[in-house]
Amino acid sequence: MAECPVCGAEVSLEGDAEVGEIIACDDCGSELEVTGKDSLQEAPQEEEDWGE
Amino acid sequence: MKVGFLHSIIRKEEKLLLEEFRNREGIELIKIDDRQQFFDLHKNDFDIDVIIERCVNHSRALHSMKIFSDHGIPTINNPEVAETCGSKFLTTQALIKAGVKTPRCFLAYTPESALEAMEHLGYPCVIKPTTGSWGRLISKVNDRDAAEAILEHKQILGSYHHSIFYIQEYLEKKGRDIRSFVVGNDCIAAIYRHSEHWITNTARGATASNCPVTQELHDISVQAAMACGGGVVAVDVFETDEGYSINEVNYTMEFRNSIDVTGVNIPEKIVDFVLKEGRQ
Ligand SMILES: Nc1ncnc2c1ncn2[C@@H]1O[C@H](COP(=O)(O)OP(=O)(O)O)[C@@H](O)[C@H]1O
Ligand SMILES: [Mg+2]
Repeated sequence: MAECPVCGAEVSLEGDAEVGEIIACDDCGSELEVTGKDSLQEAPQEEEDWGE
Repeated sequence: MKVGFLHSIIRKEEKLLLEEFRNREGIELIKIDDRQQFFDLHKNDFDIDVIIERCVNHSRALHSMKIFSDHGIPTINNPEVAETCGSKFLTTQALIKAGVKTPRCFLAYTPESALEAMEHLGYPCVIKPTTGSWGRLISKVNDRDAAEAILEHKQILGSYHHSIFYIQEYLEKKGRDIRSFVVGNDCIAAIYRHSEHWITNTARGATASNCPVTQELHDISVQAAMACGGGVVAVDVFETDEGYSINEVNYTMEFRNSIDVTGVNIPEKIVDFVLKEGRQ
C-alpha cells in the first residue's frame, strides 16, 4: 500500500508496477508516478517539448 | 546482449516494451532514467550494446542519443532521425528533397511576411510551431482577421521557437487521417484516426480503427520514413483526391491504441528490430 501524496488516500500498487510508471489515484484522480515498492509522487507536469 | 532503455515517465508504451524485452532470452535490460542521469561527455560510461530511446522530452532524447551514438552505441532511432523528425521544418525539407508528397508549406520569420505568406497560400491554412506534438499550439487560420490575431499573439506571448512561422496548406480530411507505423523497411500496420475536430491526434481524443495497408500506403510510408533517416517511426498521412500526402513523421511513436485495432503486436516488432540492430 502506498499513500497518495495529493489526497492521502491509500493506493494499492499492482504487483507488476514499474518505477516511473504513471497511475491515477482512484480517490482524487491525480496522476501519480511510482517511485518505489510502496511510494508515489505527483506525476511531472507536461512540458513544451513532450510528445512523440 | 545489453539493451539500454532510455526513458523518463513510464507510459503504457514503455510498459509494453519493457515486458517484451523481459520475455526475450539472453537480454540484460538496463533502464536509464533521463532525469537521474548525467553524462561525462569525454568518455563512455556505458557498457551497453544498443539503446532504445523512449523519452517523453524531445530535447533530452536528442542530446542523449547524440552522446550514445558518438560513443559508437547504436541507438533506435539514430540522432539524425530524432533531429529531423523533431522539427516539422526539417521533416518537410527532407520530404521535399526525397520527392515525397507533402502539403504545400511556407516559412517566414516576421509577422508581416508570415501574413503575406498566408494571403498567398489562401485560407484556411495551418500555422504550427516547428517543434511540438499531440496537436498542441497548432492553429487553423480561417481568414485574415484570425491570421493577424494569431501572429500578434505569437509575437507578444510566444517563446523563441514561435518566432519561426511554419505555415501549411489546410487539407480537408473528411473526419479522419491515417497513422502508419514503419519498422525498418516495412510498414507493419496503420490506423485511421477519426475525429469531428480538425485535429485528429489520439492524444486529443480521436478514435482509432484499422486501416488496411495497401501497397500504395506501404510504399509512401516507407519512403517518408527513409527520407527522415529510417528506423522505427510513425507517419501521419492525409488522404487527398490526388493520393496520399505526408504531414509529418514521429520518432518516439505512441501505439497504445493501435495494437488491438490492427491486431499487430507492435512492441514485438519494435523489440525484434532493436535486437537485430544490437547484434550487428
Ligand atoms: N495542414 C493540415 N490540414 C489539415 N489538418 C491538419 C493539418 N496539419 C495538421 N492537421 C491536423 O492536426 C493534427 C496534428 O498536426 P501535426 O502536424 O501532426 O502535429 P503534431 O506533432 O502535434 O501531431 C494532424 O494529425 C491533423 O489531424
Ligand atoms: Mg502528428
